[in-house]
Amino acid sequence: MSATMPISAQLINLFASVILLLAFAMLAQRRVLTLINLFALQGLALCLATLVAAVSTGQTHLYYSAGLTLVLKVLLLPWILHRLVRKLNVKSEVEALINIPATMLVGIVLVMVAFNVALPISELSQTITRGTLGIALAVVLLAFLMMITRQKAITQVVGFLSMENGLFLAATSATYGMPMVVELGIALDVLVGVIILGVFFFQIRDQFDSLDIRHMENLKDN
Amino acid sequence: MNLPWGPGGEFARREAAMSISGLLWQLLAIVLALALAPLLTGWVNQCRAWLQNRSAPPLLQPYYMLHKLFLKDVVLAHGASPLFRFAPFAVFGCMLLACAIIPTLSTDLPLAPTADTIALVGVLGLARIFISLAAMDVGTSFGTLGGRREMLIGFLAEPALLMVIFTTALISQSTSVATIVETLAHRDFIIYPSLAFAGIAFTFVSFAENARVPVDNPATHLELTMIHEAMILEYSGRHLALIEWAASLKLYAYSCLGLALFFPWGIAAGSSVLGLLMAIPVLLVKLVIGGFLLAGIETINAKVRIFRAPEFLGTAFLLAVLGLLVRLMLETRV
Repeated sequence: MSATMPISAQLINLFASVILLLAFAMLAQRRVLTLINLFALQGLALCLATLVAAVSTGQTHLYYSAGLTLVLKVLLLPWILHRLVRKLNVKSEVEALINIPATMLVGIVLVMVAFNVALPISELSQTITRGTLGIALAVVLLAFLMMITRQKAITQVVGFLSMENGLFLAATSATYGMPMVVELGIALDVLVGVIILGVFFFQIRDQFDSLDIRHMENLKDN
Repeated sequence: MNLPWGPGGEFARREAAMSISGLLWQLLAIVLALALAPLLTGWVNQCRAWLQNRSAPPLLQPYYMLHKLFLKDVVLAHGASPLFRFAPFAVFGCMLLACAIIPTLSTDLPLAPTADTIALVGVLGLARIFISLAAMDVGTSFGTLGGRREMLIGFLAEPALLMVIFTTALISQSTSVATIVETLAHRDFIIYPSLAFAGIAFTFVSFAENARVPVDNPATHLELTMIHEAMILEYSGRHLALIEWAASLKLYAYSCLGLALFFPWGIAAGSSVLGLLMAIPVLLVKLVIGGFLLAGIETINAKVRIFRAPEFLGTAFLLAVLGLLVRLMLETRV
C-alpha cells in the first residue's frame, strides 16, 4: 500500500501528476501566450521532479539534467517563443480542428491506454520513480494529440516541446535519466530545432500570409 | 470493498454505538448548519463587495432578508399546482438532510447510516428536480428556461461529483461519508496527487452547483444569463424565504463537504466534549477562509456563456477521472 512509500517517491508522483495536469491544460488552452506559459510551468514541474529524484538517489548527473531543464525549458525556450509570438503578431485564439471537450475525452482514453501499456513495463524497473512511467507515456501521447488537433504552426512546436518533456520524464522514471552526452545532444537539438522553426515561421508567413498549416497541403495550386 | 450496509458492516457498528450524547451532537450540528448557513452567505457577499470596491451589505443581511420574507404574505400564481407550494419545503428538507449527513464537527454522526455519499448526491439531485419542476409548474417562460438550464448544469455536474467521491471512496475503501472523512482525517501524512485532482474538480462542481460566477451569477437579474434566479422568480413570502435559506444551506453543505474531504484536520473522531468544542472554532476559521477564497475566485473570473458551461463542467469531470486514474496508477502499488 501507499503507506510505505517514501516521501521522495510521493513528491515525484505529485510533480508527475502536475505535469500530466499541465499537459491537459495545454490541450484545452485556446490562447497562444498562455500555452507558452503553461509549457514553462510544465518544464518547472519536470525540473523539480528531476531534482527530487537527484536528491533522493544521489546521482550527480540528475542534478545537471535538472539544471539543464531549468535553463532551457523554463527560461530560454519560453523566452524565444514569446519573442516569436510578438514578432509574428499571432492572433490570440488558437484554431482547433476538433472541439475542445471532444479532444479532452480523447485525451482521457489516451491516458488509460498509456497507463495500461506502462503497467507491465514499470513492474520490471527497480527505480523509485517507476510509477511515473505511465504518466510520462501519457504526456507524450497527449502532446501528439495536441500536434494533431492544432492548425497553427506555433502550437505544433509547443506540442513537440511538450512531447520532449514527456520523453525526458520517461527516461528519468525508468532508468534515472539518459547518459549525459545523449541528454546534452537532445537539449541542443531541441534548441536548434526551435530556432530553425522560428525562421521557418517567418518564411511560412511571408509565403502564405498565415501560420495556418492547411495552406501547405496543396502544393501545386499556388 | 466492504459494503457499509451489510451485516456487521460499519452501519451496523455505528448503530450499536449510537448514544444520547451522539444524538445531542448531531442535533447541535444541524442547528449550527441552520444558523451558520445564512451567515456564510452574508460573509461571501461582504467579501465580494469589498473585493469589487463596493460598499458591503451588513454581515447579517441574509437574516434580515429571511425575517422580512417570513413576515410577508404568500402570493401564488393562478396556475400554481400543489407541487409549487410543496417544492420549497422539499428543497429545504433535502438540504437540511445533506447538512446533517456531512460531518462538520464530528464523524460520529447517528444520522450517517441514512445515506452514503452516493445517496447524498441523490438527495442533492432530488432537491434540484423539485425546484426545476416547480419553476416549470407556473408556466412562465423564464421559469421554464431557468429549470432547463438548471437540469443541464446538474446533469453535467453530477457525474463529476460522483467521480470525485469515488476517488475518495477508493482511498478509504468505503462509501460512507463519515468513514471517508475519518480515514482521511486520521491518516499518516501522505501526499495523494489524486486528492489534488479531485479537489480541483470538486471546486469546479461546487461553483456550478451553487450558482456562482463562472456559470451563474447569484446577484444578477439579467434575464438572459440567470439560472437560479430565473427559477425562483414566482416565489414570494415564506416560500421564497425557505428557498433562499435552502440555497444558503447548499453552499454551506458544499463548503463543509469540501473542507471535510480535502482539509479534514480538526474534525473530532468520537464524541468527546473537548474534541467537539475544539472542532467548532476550527470549522469557523476554515469557513471564513473558504468564503473569502470563494469570493476572490468569483471576483477574478468572468461569467462564461451558457454554452461554455458544458466545457467548464467537462473539465471538472475530466479532472475527477484523472484523479481516479492517478489513484489506480500511482498510489495502489509501492
